[in-house]
Amino acid sequence: MFENVGEMVVLFWRTLLALPVAWRRRQKVFDQFFEIGNASLLMVCILSFFIGGVIALQTGPVLVERGLASAVGGLVGISMCRELAPVMMSILIAGRIGSAMAAEIGSMRVYQEIDALRTMNINPIYYLVLPRMIAIAIALPLLVVFSILVGWLGGAVVAANNNRIDIGFQAFFVNLREVVQIKDVANGVFKGFCFALVIGVVSCHQGLVTIGGPRGIGRSVTKAVVNSIVLIVILDYILTRLLLK
Amino acid sequence: MNEPASNPPAVGVEVRGLRKSFNGQEVLKGLDFEVKPGEVFVIMGPSGSGKSVLLKHIIGLEKPDAGEILIEGESVASPDVMSRYRMAMVFQSGALFNSLTVGENVGLYLTEHRLNPPDEIARIVSEKLDEVGLKGTEDKMPAELSGGMKKRVAIARALVIEPQLILYDEPTSELDPLSAVVIGEEILKLKRRIQATSLVVSHDRDLAFGVADRIAVINEGRILTVGSPDEVRRHPDPLIQKFLHADFKAHIKSNV
Repeated sequence: MFENVGEMVVLFWRTLLALPVAWRRRQKVFDQFFEIGNASLLMVCILSFFIGGVIALQTGPVLVERGLASAVGGLVGISMCRELAPVMMSILIAGRIGSAMAAEIGSMRVYQEIDALRTMNINPIYYLVLPRMIAIAIALPLLVVFSILVGWLGGAVVAANNNRIDIGFQAFFVNLREVVQIKDVANGVFKGFCFALVIGVVSCHQGLVTIGGPRGIGRSVTKAVVNSIVLIVILDYILTRLLLK
Repeated sequence: MNEPASNPPAVGVEVRGLRKSFNGQEVLKGLDFEVKPGEVFVIMGPSGSGKSVLLKHIIGLEKPDAGEILIEGESVASPDVMSRYRMAMVFQSGALFNSLTVGENVGLYLTEHRLNPPDEIARIVSEKLDEVGLKGTEDKMPAELSGGMKKRVAIARALVIEPQLILYDEPTSELDPLSAVVIGEEILKLKRRIQATSLVVSHDRDLAFGVADRIAVINEGRILTVGSPDEVRRHPDPLIQKFLHADFKAHIKSNV
């Protein structure tokens, strides 16, 4: 386990050292970015809408009963920004994109494509890892912003249409604007950025250390997703603790 | 491996006391041999004898536990040797990049190292594919090609590097006899045309005796003999004779 952590730290460091050549890889970064956005946008939209909705549904009636109807917007707003959008989107992206990264790099490793790159003096970190890391590090924070907005909308729709809550759109967003500050959104975006790096490093590392045939690739994909999610949840606690005033 | 120039001189390879173990099992048990510049040197031996591992050491994909590999007298372990001499490897599976087209595969080295403008790369790719008899296949995906075609694309990809040393890992495995002959012809054609040193690893006796200037026979990580095809054919070692004359029908008959 510690060996894996050490290898991941080395991989991350080498990727950072490769950053000066990132501009040369812009086409590959863009391809990966498009892949992430294209594969995930609809899922992000559905997931976020219902997450926002369910928060409103769980908290709304309780708050309304206690005469705190005006707090629903703020509660949904804050929880989407600080916690639910970054964590849920990262878990979604770990499943969709982390698995794809591990599978693609893993199959390249198993079928000697990475060896072929090395014989051509092409560094696999420059060619495979760097574009993926940059793409996910840009895409995931953007998806988090999108998720926050859609989550708010979901919460507002449920709050307005559920007769046990019955808070109008305007009241919902007025309260949300009173409570949510720009730094709360920044908090979520920052978490998304950190989680993106975790997913990128874990998935690329699992791909690069794949051994065996198709079964080895399957094992790498599973490990990439599970390890990413575990690390995201642990890192989420640490970041929340650090970012909490 | 960085700056292709026309007709680079072939390089000699020397392997001294090469040893390698994986998980406590010794795969290479002290190999010594020399490959002269410009020759076709075939390393022949049964499956699992350490042939492919040896090739990976020569091209720097593996590091030896003991011994050294010298290219033109310089150890491949020294920092810039691998980038000073241009070497290419044709993998057993072809190792084509499945997500790239044939043309992108062949031109990858030039594209990645930005050695030529795109239209020049397209011309070189077309030329190299033509040389291996695959003109007009640039836009195909590797999955659309047969095993023999994939190997020829892999050879074209190696040619783009204008190599001084080409390593072939089992170039005729998984091929029908006719395709195997075509690959053998390609190896000889390339030897004549670019005069690179060729190091072929194979258990295919027909290929070995068809293309080799010299042959090394390897078994269980040790070299049994090195010599011209005739010398190897006449070698008295029973293991070599058994390998050279293994015959399916005779084996079945003796067992019955």
